[in-house]
Amino acid sequence: MPSPMTAYAFLLAKADLIALPSGALHWPAQQTLCVSDLHLGKSGRMARRGGSLLPPYEVRATLEKLDADIDRTKPARVICLGDSFDDLAAAGELEDHARLWLARLMAGRDWVWIEGNHDAGPVEIGGTHRADLTLGPLTFRHIATPAIGEISGHYHPKARLGGTARPCFLLDADRLILPAYGHYTGGLRVEDPVLQTLMQPQALAILTGPRATPMPMPRR
Amino acid sequence: MERVTPATFIPPEIGDWFDARGWRVRRHQLEMLAMARAGRDALLVADTGAGKTLAGFLPTLCDFAPSAGPAPPDGLHTLYISPLKALAQDVKRNLLTPIEEIGLPIRVETRSGDTPSDRKKRQRERPPHILLTTPESLALLLSYEDAPRIFAGLQRVIVDEIHALADSKRGDQLMLCLSRLETLSPGLRRVGLSATVEDPPALARFLSPTGCAILTADPGPNPDIAMLETEAPPPWSGGGGRYAIPAILEQVKRHTTTLIFHNTRAQAELFFRDLWLQNEDSLPIGIHHGSLSREQRERVETAMTEGKLRAIVCTGSLDLGIDWGDVDLVIQVGAPKNVKRLVQRIGRANHRYNAPSKALLVPANRFEVVECHAALDAVRDHTLDGEPRGPGPKDVLCQHILLVACSAPFTADALYAEVSRAGPYADLTRRDFDACLDFVATGGYALAAYDRWQRLQHTNGLWHLRDPRAAAVIRQNLGTIIDTETLKVRLKSRFGGTPLGEVEEAFAATLTPGDTFLIGGEVVRYESLREMTVEVTRQPGREPKVATFNGTKFATSTMLTERILTMFQQKTWPDLPAHTAEWLALQREVSRLPQPDRLLVESFPHDGREHLAIYGFAGRNAMQTLALLITKRMEEAGLAPLGFVATDYATLIWGLEPVTDPAPLFELDALRDGLEGWLGGNAVMKRTFRATAIIAGLIERSHQGRRKSGRQATFSTDILYDTLRKYDPDHLLLRVTREEAERGLVDFSRIEDMLARVQGRIDCLRLTRVTPLAAPLFLEPSKIPVQGQGRERLVAEAAERLMRDAGLA
Repeated sequence: MPSPMTAYAFLLAKADLIALPSGALHWPAQQTLCVSDLHLGKSGRMARRGGSLLPPYEVRATLEKLDADIDRTKPARVICLGDSFDDLAAAGELEDHARLWLARLMAGRDWVWIEGNHDAGPVEIGGTHRADLTLGPLTFRHIATPAIGEISGHYHPKARLGGTARPCFLLDADRLILPAYGHYTGGLRVEDPVLQTLMQPQALAILTGPRATPMPMPRR
Repeated sequence: MERVTPATFIPPEIGDWFDARGWRVRRHQLEMLAMARAGRDALLVADTGAGKTLAGFLPTLCDFAPSAGPAPPDGLHTLYISPLKALAQDVKRNLLTPIEEIGLPIRVETRSGDTPSDRKKRQRERPPHILLTTPESLALLLSYEDAPRIFAGLQRVIVDEIHALADSKRGDQLMLCLSRLETLSPGLRRVGLSATVEDPPALARFLSPTGCAILTADPGPNPDIAMLETEAPPPWSGGGGRYAIPAILEQVKRHTTTLIFHNTRAQAELFFRDLWLQNEDSLPIGIHHGSLSREQRERVETAMTEGKLRAIVCTGSLDLGIDWGDVDLVIQVGAPKNVKRLVQRIGRANHRYNAPSKALLVPANRFEVVECHAALDAVRDHTLDGEPRGPGPKDVLCQHILLVACSAPFTADALYAEVSRAGPYADLTRRDFDACLDFVATGGYALAAYDRWQRLQHTNGLWHLRDPRAAAVIRQNLGTIIDTETLKVRLKSRFGGTPLGEVEEAFAATLTPGDTFLIGGEVVRYESLREMTVEVTRQPGREPKVATFNGTKFATSTMLTERILTMFQQKTWPDLPAHTAEWLALQREVSRLPQPDRLLVESFPHDGREHLAIYGFAGRNAMQTLALLITKRMEEAGLAPLGFVATDYATLIWGLEPVTDPAPLFELDALRDGLEGWLGGNAVMKRTFRATAIIAGLIERSHQGRRKSGRQATFSTDILYDTLRKYDPDHLLLRVTREEAERGLVDFSRIEDMLARVQGRIDCLRLTRVTPLAAPLFLEPSKIPVQGQGRERLVAEAAERLMRDAGLA
């Protein structure tokens, strides 16, 4: 499938990858779609903890987006790169319609749940559960390590350009960090020392939005 | 001589104290006493220096006079609320003088966020007779379980500077708290103290909807007010009035103490710096505004109290109350925007009651000469401006319901009755009240709720917190003041450098190391961002960027706007200074002057962008709405608008493509169709929603604290807004946001009036450069971005440029 005009194609560890404007990663050669930090059930978790009663629609909004990306890329494999659920109880509390929706998306696909810090442990939703996954030259895990050819999430990077901050991918010669895909997720500025240290000097930030827009990663 | 009746009888020890100071009890002070003895609520309207505060406390002092009979029982007798912590401190000092000199058995204490926690605890255990506090501290006190005991015997509550509180949601919250107090202490009387306002009966209904006496002090003499004459004429455009510095320094020399008011903090900073560059006599002059650190402000306040300063460059932070005695001149730099505020500022000069206040107006540019001229006329005519107050906002009510729930379980019927006794909520329908209660209890979502989606539970007819531990979080989030997100500024040092103040986060985001900006009158160099604090070093002598501060943004009143448009119709302007008359003539020559029955639109390129200036003179809200609708139509027409700014008389829109034929943009039906759809999605509504969501308790303020710690756990309220619009469009908070917008921002009826008046007579002039009348628009704060194809084009271009520069493309 040719990559849409709004996506950004690049090479990592000799794998041809595509950053979609939605924040998902597409690997056509492996028919793989990867998304990170869905944080499904965040509003429920906050309500349960006696905090704010946020509008309980983020599961719907996130699944709508994922549904559209799956429809467009028709992947044989979907990798959810951790923090897919805001916590394990949130996975258990998923409403029936959301559960059915997920089941429909998962049907006929190899679906991998990578464990994150929010959802360490198996969830009863089907699919495979793993701490990490290596496919050819690439390793998928939730939090970046110094490994080479690594795809991770966790940090929710966001970068500012032209007065607006947007979630972004961070890419250097060795690794890719995905933006948070979930609807109720904030961001960590790429100027944060953690990300500045993690990424090499030549790193790119690929902004999400109407189109995936690459720019040099802003430096402090 | 006043006739002494039982109602106005002054206990001898208090009368003697007045005599010993050579004072007479004034008429309005006696009337306040009579009202108190008659058990009536009262609003006192008086100029500064009329002994307003003493008038408020006199009945309390009389109650405690030994000769008046047995002392009132121990416990809280009088509660005093002021909008400023500093004012409460000041009033305490002034109150202690008579109490100590007369020897009255009264304990007075203050309470605010700064009060040490052990004293706060003691105050709850054993309240003083008089407690001086702020609306926010009162709200917090009322949220405690022991509130009924603390306030059981309360006799009087005095709201100082009530005119200022009534201008914001703080006033709505306070009035709800007053109703609560009256439930806890049914004999309670409400007293309001106000500066001169345009509609005292409306303010009285706000304070007490069930009949409140209005007392007016004798007015002082007319103020001595004029425009400052300068050798250099004011510039065509430009803010801050720096051209007038030599003349202003001359005035400072001639007076004991001068207050130099500015409309924005940024202007105050720039002016202060330039003032010092020209201050050859090194007159001691300080600066004071709300973005400076507390240490900095206190230093200036102390120096002022000790008479060590000859002038202070300040903003609205000195609009209220603290009595600094020796101020004998007020200078207002920049157009006053609002006659009522001007009159109140003038009152800051000369607190001696019978001497006229002296004030000078300094227009910052030629347009402001016209504005100042209109304001002077209005002051001389004794006309005050003001917009009528709308009904109490529901987000404040939602917060109040949470507050009540923290204190004790309640029934909906009783709380509804109590809330209806607050002026702003006197006309609240039961249906609206129930909707607020449902929102507080369950979130009020259309999606079926679950057990866990409950903040309040309803058992045995009583509403109560599902989880009592939630009270602590609710208390942390009380209050209606919404701060713009700001970052602290510190001098870089290994040991945590001196705090200098704060700047808006959006401004900080534009800084790169090496950039310089002004704060506290100093030029500093941006070094780094460490733990969400901007670290700077001193960098004297560099040309600085202008920092943005979220000072209060003033809107010119409708009355002034109309006076200005009328003035434009004159053939010549003999009353105006020659330079300004020439400037208006030039505008008439190169373009036109706006007329009441036509709409003037100018289109011109400037600084690489296309601009469209629309002179509608319909007031800021209507001009802003017009800008939102026009930019939407421009977006549809592929004109790539990037942003706009609205003033009371005009809207300036900038974008990537020129507008050659504006008439289709102004079709009324299309504008009206656009209203519903577009208003929903724009940045102004999102800003309004954020404030509403915080006040109503949908999101916690402390989230912001967590954000500042650099965590990625929080997300923008824009996401919540978009989510509700998509999945739950009738949700209460969206309704409240729309109401706020209609009240504060939209004013669509004024656009319709304007377009009806104009009847398609639109004059569009294509010009090669900025016109005299358009120039001041470039200085307006509160620029609003338009998110659309124009911005996308810019983002793409900027990213490409960066990639090219980095050798990556």
